[in-house]
Amino acid sequence: MSVGLLTLIILGLAAAGFLLGRQRALSAVKGDARALHSLPSFYGWSVFLFTAVPALLVMVAWLFLQPTLLETRITNTLPAAETATSSTDLVMADVRRLADGLDVLVAREGLDTAAVAALAADLPALSDRMAGVGVAFGADLDPAIFNAAIAYRDLGASLTGMMTIAALIVAAGGFLFALMRVHPEQRARNLVEQFIVVLLIASSLIAVATTFGIIASLVVESWHFFRIYPASEFFFSTTWNPQFRGGSDLGLWPLVWGTIYVSFIALVVAAPIGLMAAIYLSEYASPKVRATAKPLLEILAGIPSIVYGLFALVTVGPILRDWLAMPLGLGNSSSSVMTAGLVMGIMLIPYVSSLSDDIINAVPQAMRDGSFGLGATQSETVKRVVLPAALPGIVGAVLLAASRAIGETMIVVMGAGAAAKLSVNPFEAMTTVTVKIVSQLTGDTEFASPETLVAFALGLTLFCFTLGLNVLALVIVRKYREQYE
Amino acid sequence: MTDASQHAAAPKSLLVADSRTRSRKAAEMRFRLYGMMAVGVGLLALVFLLTSVLGNGLGAFRQTFVQIPITLDEKVLDKSGTRDPAVMKKVTTIGYGKLVQKAIEDELAAKGIDTQGLKSKEIMGLLSKEAPADLRDRVLADPGLIGQTIAFDAYATSRVDGYFKGRVTLETAERDSNISPEQLKVAQAMADAGMIETRLNLAFLTASDASELRPEAAGLGVAILGSAYMMLIVLVLSLPIGVATSIYLEELAPKNKWTDMIEVNIANLAAVPSIVYGILALALFINFMGLPQSAPVVGGLVLTLMTLPTIIIATRAALKAVPPSIRDAALGVGASKMQSIFHHVLPLAMPGILTGTILGLARALGESAPLLLIGMVAFVKDFPAAPPEGLMQPATALPVQVYQWTQRADPAFVERASGAIIVLLLFLLTMNAVAIVLRRRFERRW
Repeated sequence: MSVGLLTLIILGLAAAGFLLGRQRALSAVKGDARALHSLPSFYGWSVFLFTAVPALLVMVAWLFLQPTLLETRITNTLPAAETATSSTDLVMADVRRLADGLDVLVAREGLDTAAVAALAADLPALSDRMAGVGVAFGADLDPAIFNAAIAYRDLGASLTGMMTIAALIVAAGGFLFALMRVHPEQRARNLVEQFIVVLLIASSLIAVATTFGIIASLVVESWHFFRIYPASEFFFSTTWNPQFRGGSDLGLWPLVWGTIYVSFIALVVAAPIGLMAAIYLSEYASPKVRATAKPLLEILAGIPSIVYGLFALVTVGPILRDWLAMPLGLGNSSSSVMTAGLVMGIMLIPYVSSLSDDIINAVPQAMRDGSFGLGATQSETVKRVVLPAALPGIVGAVLLAASRAIGETMIVVMGAGAAAKLSVNPFEAMTTVTVKIVSQLTGDTEFASPETLVAFALGLTLFCFTLGLNVLALVIVRKYREQYE
Repeated sequence: MTDASQHAAAPKSLLVADSRTRSRKAAEMRFRLYGMMAVGVGLLALVFLLTSVLGNGLGAFRQTFVQIPITLDEKVLDKSGTRDPAVMKKVTTIGYGKLVQKAIEDELAAKGIDTQGLKSKEIMGLLSKEAPADLRDRVLADPGLIGQTIAFDAYATSRVDGYFKGRVTLETAERDSNISPEQLKVAQAMADAGMIETRLNLAFLTASDASELRPEAAGLGVAILGSAYMMLIVLVLSLPIGVATSIYLEELAPKNKWTDMIEVNIANLAAVPSIVYGILALALFINFMGLPQSAPVVGGLVLTLMTLPTIIIATRAALKAVPPSIRDAALGVGASKMQSIFHHVLPLAMPGILTGTILGLARALGESAPLLLIGMVAFVKDFPAAPPEGLMQPATALPVQVYQWTQRADPAFVERASGAIIVLLLFLLTMNAVAIVLRRRFERRW
């Protein structure tokens, strides 16, 4: 039974439970709702919740665990000779693809179990038919893999059947349990409300679970990586040269250098422009100018980064190459650190400006008035009173922008190039941590190889970097707030 | 100012500004100018960005077509005469290609156009490689057409299309192995004779992606559908979870170190780079749970996780804006805490929550980095089925389609990518406009 149908059945049962529970409560007091402890619908809700929630939880948990269970069971049944020559992951991938292909064949041609088993007689013919439904196999099909695929399908089907039965049993159990408890003196409202509080707490834990998931996946896979690749090489080598056949140099430094260089250029563009724009808009501009210019600048923050990436690739890159890099003899590549940095700087202007704007506005007017009273001009007030007072907040804003710049992906993927090198020429193509995460994880290399797993170590590095910057920014901003409130 | 006593020693006249006042005023003017320049640079960048995208991309909505009358010969297309599509499928696109070739040569002769000594293959080179396949699909869909003479609009190849849009000139054709100046001259003669026309092409929005060699036939259909599926998942999951979390944290949670930890957590999640979410999705959903690659369900789940912090922050602000007197009044007439929240506070906060949700969805719609990692860069030609099965089938998304097109060699794909960006920006604009209208319309001042 499909998951969607099962969900519908459970919800239908729960809806019936709502009506029955309400009815049962009302009939127990002969329709006089005043004799009930709670409003009649609360009795209905109690049955609804006890029917639907545990059953759906069982279903979701089962769906989470089923693939893992299936995988281990089938892997154990594979003959040792099969897993000796190539890795278990690859064999299992073949098994899974064959099983999927068989599913398609069954759906398309209406084969029964015996007909599927009979396919084993002529494996080359099966291979051709698989290619017909879009599942191509490079080498000849192995009988062991075919048997594993059949077992995979059977076990998968029986596990799904067991899930259906388990979920339905839990739903029916909850239904009966809650319905039996319906009684005029039952404190149904308190019960339902407590149930809802538990649900609310559970959903707020999803955020915690996400963080946990991020850290766990990064750390576990990085650990796998460091088991097959020396950590000292990764952290101290200055060469990045991945090879498909192994023996790669996977040094972190060229990537970190590229990241820092691009982010630095972006901040050199964004910080002064954003800060001056914030000062102008909050101190000088008339309300009318402010009301139009501020939202317009904020559009820049709402534009997706892929748009900036295309802008860098198609417009800014060629312009910089033809007008600056080639005449100056600094390079002839349209993707360069300068291209990516410049475009990223444009993207970061509104981050700096709107954060700084808030902070400048938070400086008490009395301080400005005091400065004017001493005869200072507006710019002197800004430079010597407002900015020093707002400095911690502005530093926080710039740090937040820096953390954005380091984590930005699409602009550098499309604008900075893919060559990992340590160079100071801003018109040369360099690469960043995020670019390499994308390229190592979208390639065709085997998942368990160091060339793929290195992406997780890079991700962990990136995560630590941005988290550090964010925490630092937060600490600085908090300190500032304590002074002025 | 600090050293004013030294300079102010000898005031000359109150009517004539001394040099120090003048320099201070000049500094003031300069500072003001820097501010204006900063705002100006920002706005200029915006204008430059938008004009560059619009300028590159508007052409994608127009396409050059070659109009040929084609006689669908029964002897070629349906030898059995049964009009059974299953039998007719045996005629491949090569058969249709010959038909198209004969038709275009006949038409050129009929119009008296000088073919400049082009060979048949070069004349066919004016048409997209997609043209015979198009014709085949049309005939298979309606076998009754066989035997008739139909007006067939074939896509012109991307170079001819570029010539009529000004991207390709006779000079660039000299150096181009895919087109020759003679071919362009014939194309120009055909346009003069009314055989070639450049017009609005809605297939750009509805067709699916096409291979590297036929940019003229590539469309956004699968990408738009894939994005729509993902937005559906994001909406269905993140709105309830986000609202539930916010209600708990804002209305019910005691102040202790656990709830404090949850709050810090959410603030940090909002600042995690999007690519890290992609890594999470790859490790958790695809490798651990075994969900299929490039499926909208995986994309929807990862975008949900990314959108949750945005929605939670917006919802908490909306809940906070409902004055306590509403809660007190509800409690005063005997409502329970839950009833006061669900019957009174939540409905009043709804406009704010919806605004925040739409803005969160708009962010999610433009996100591409995590989708690259879960395999959405794959070439997808077939439309996914209707949900729920369609959610598990391969699809792509608007921003990823843009990225994919920029990675291809033919410059016509850059035009397509910019066109796709225009579509994406229009969606974002609509969503933001709806959010602003909602806010204006239902915003309450207490």
